[in-house]
Amino acid sequence: MMLNQFLILAAVLFCLGVYGVLARKNAVLVLMSIELMLNAVNINLIAFGAFRDNVIGQVFSLFVIAVAAAEVGVGLAIVLLIYRNRANIDLDQSDLMKG
Amino acid sequence: MIAQNIAFYLLAAAIVGAAARLVTTKNVVRAALFLAIVLGGTAGIFILLAAEFVAWVQVLVYVGAVVVLLLFGVMLTRAPIGRESDLDNDKRWTAALVSVFLLGALVAMLSDAFGSQEISFGRIQRTAEVADSIFGVYVIPFELASILLLAALVGAVALARRD
Repeated sequence: MMLNQFLILAAVLFCLGVYGVLARKNAVLVLMSIELMLNAVNINLIAFGAFRDNVIGQVFSLFVIAVAAAEVGVGLAIVLLIYRNRANIDLDQSDLMKG
Repeated sequence: MIAQNIAFYLLAAAIVGAAARLVTTKNVVRAALFLAIVLGGTAGIFILLAAEFVAWVQVLVYVGAVVVLLLFGVMLTRAPIGRESDLDNDKRWTAALVSVFLLGALVAMLSDAFGSQEISFGRIQRTAEVADSIFGVYVIPFELASILLLAALVGAVALARRD
């Protein structure tokens, strides 16, 4: 298999995640799009690990999975707090700190 | 190799289709289910790359925990369960332009840099080697990851509890 087919699949996933983060205004959907981008990074790490014939890619993707789990937990707690204070999770209306 | 390529293109079509529906669908719960398809397909890609331990960790952590956590988030924030037209903001076309441009740049760069490289699956990477690497060279990042998970746990509870 070519290395490039995995890298381009990851690039497509990453760009769809970027589109989701920029175009969505529901906070939970933005978190899902961030998960898409982290997954693209994992595909890249594993593909390069297989290409270079060592296990470091797998080790780093395990660390990325752990950090992503922590991120989604804290992120959902923040979304819940925003919902409790403002009664919606519309990111366009969360602009208190806008200059 | 041909069977692997067919499996790759089937998985890639499923992943890209589900991801495209995930960022365009009008239904939040359906978006979470599309996310499960994307994550499961990615686990299949990991198995194709002979990384079966990471594939099962992906299934356990992402499909098992993260999707359920996101569904809990959907429920607790009382997001509308049916179709809803108010999930996108008005910058949709700018966002599409940015991501298409980024995709073009990445694809051009990747085909320039890695256009003809092939993955030759030489020696099988055993899970024992992954474990040796985590608990040998990368033991300090591993311990830091445990501290990070503990901090995230305490932080999430402190943020979300009512007082």
